[in-house]
Amino acid sequence: MIKVSNLKKNFGSLKVLKGIDENIEKGEVVVIIGPSGSGKSTFLRCLNLLEEPSSGEIIFDGVSITDKLNDINKQREKMGMVFQQFNLFPHMTVLENITLAPIKVKNMEPVEAEKTALNLLKRIGLEDKINTYPNQLSGGQKQRIAIVRALAMSPEVMLFDEPTSALDPEMVGEVLDVMKGLAKEGMTMVVVTHEMGFAKEVGDRVLFMDEGKIVEEGTPEELFNNSKHSRTQDFLKKVLI
Amino acid sequence: MTLAISFLGVIFGSLVGVILSLMKLSNNKLARAFSSAYIEIIRGTPLLVQIYLIYYGLPMILPMDLGRMTLGTIAVLLNSAAYIAEIIRAGIQSIDKGQSEASRSLGMSKSMTMRYVIIPQAVKNILPALGNEFITLVKESAVLSVIGIHDLMYNADTLRGITYRPFIPLIYAAIIYFIITFILSKLLRIFERRLEASDKSI
Repeated sequence: MIKVSNLKKNFGSLKVLKGIDENIEKGEVVVIIGPSGSGKSTFLRCLNLLEEPSSGEIIFDGVSITDKLNDINKQREKMGMVFQQFNLFPHMTVLENITLAPIKVKNMEPVEAEKTALNLLKRIGLEDKINTYPNQLSGGQKQRIAIVRALAMSPEVMLFDEPTSALDPEMVGEVLDVMKGLAKEGMTMVVVTHEMGFAKEVGDRVLFMDEGKIVEEGTPEELFNNSKHSRTQDFLKKVLI
Repeated sequence: MTLAISFLGVIFGSLVGVILSLMKLSNNKLARAFSSAYIEIIRGTPLLVQIYLIYYGLPMILPMDLGRMTLGTIAVLLNSAAYIAEIIRAGIQSIDKGQSEASRSLGMSKSMTMRYVIIPQAVKNILPALGNEFITLVKESAVLSVIGIHDLMYNADTLRGITYRPFIPLIYAAIIYFIITFILSKLLRIFERRLEASDKSI
């Protein structure tokens, strides 16, 4: 579904990604782990071109999105993204946050969009927050609504950029539960996270990145219990105490 | 008279200001250069000089007679547009980058993102500064008396000439200016409060 070849990204003279080759299949949950500064967020942000790659190619659904002539907005409709800082629109109610893109981008009827939004909110148990502004919500609620906002576009793949890193510990669970539910329904997901429990339980494949490269990849079993690289082992030792 | 010119100046100045600020934020080098140059020139020269230049210069270029009022308004408009452009630019740039990233990641185009996500939030940040600009303009428009527009200052001057008493008319003028600007700042405050509905947090 997403094919990445020889992806490189430089910020000035700093080489953040040094050649990434990766294939993400439909229905797969790929978890990316690694120390900070390893380039994992940059890699994820390159997938929907929030970060413009310096070189290399990304093909999504048979279309080269790194092609200069390609209109990325079309592909972004099919790629939902969830951010560490939620990034809900503070001047809109929960309902408006969710329905804005479906109405404006997909030309959906407002009534239709609202129905979809309400159904999605029911799934995460927040239908009573429909007319609330984001500032009146807790971090966990904000992030669940941010997930729903992305889902309202009925994306084919969901990208998660450290979705629980800005949350208070007691709220991490509720967000991970929503993500687990999505994985169970067969959503294709790429998740950058520090939640090793989630990686083990939900991930079909885990990528370990360090210094702008994918050092090692495999099933959670392979990576967590039988990693072959010393760098992976060192990292896991530090995070799995 | 003072109020009318300042009001028109701010309204049309805002329109031109929006265009200038978008030019300054755009990727087009030419647009950026033009807008920057315009803003620097306007900010770097006194309004008094600009008024004279427009008043004597514009009729030389344009064949028709525009009249003092129009010429005065054009001068004020061109001046305020530069300041307002800077206010708007600062307002737009004050919005967190995550907002536009979230919007773009949903498939919304650059202009949709501006229109539905960035501008509505920026307006709230811009409003106090825009109000300031309006109030400044009401006061600054006193300079328009130099091209014979019958504003408050012009009348005060006339009275001074008739009565040979410089002090009293000026005091009155000052009081009237103060009353106008004070009412304006109160009105703006009310308007700002109305926009704060979404700021209430738990």
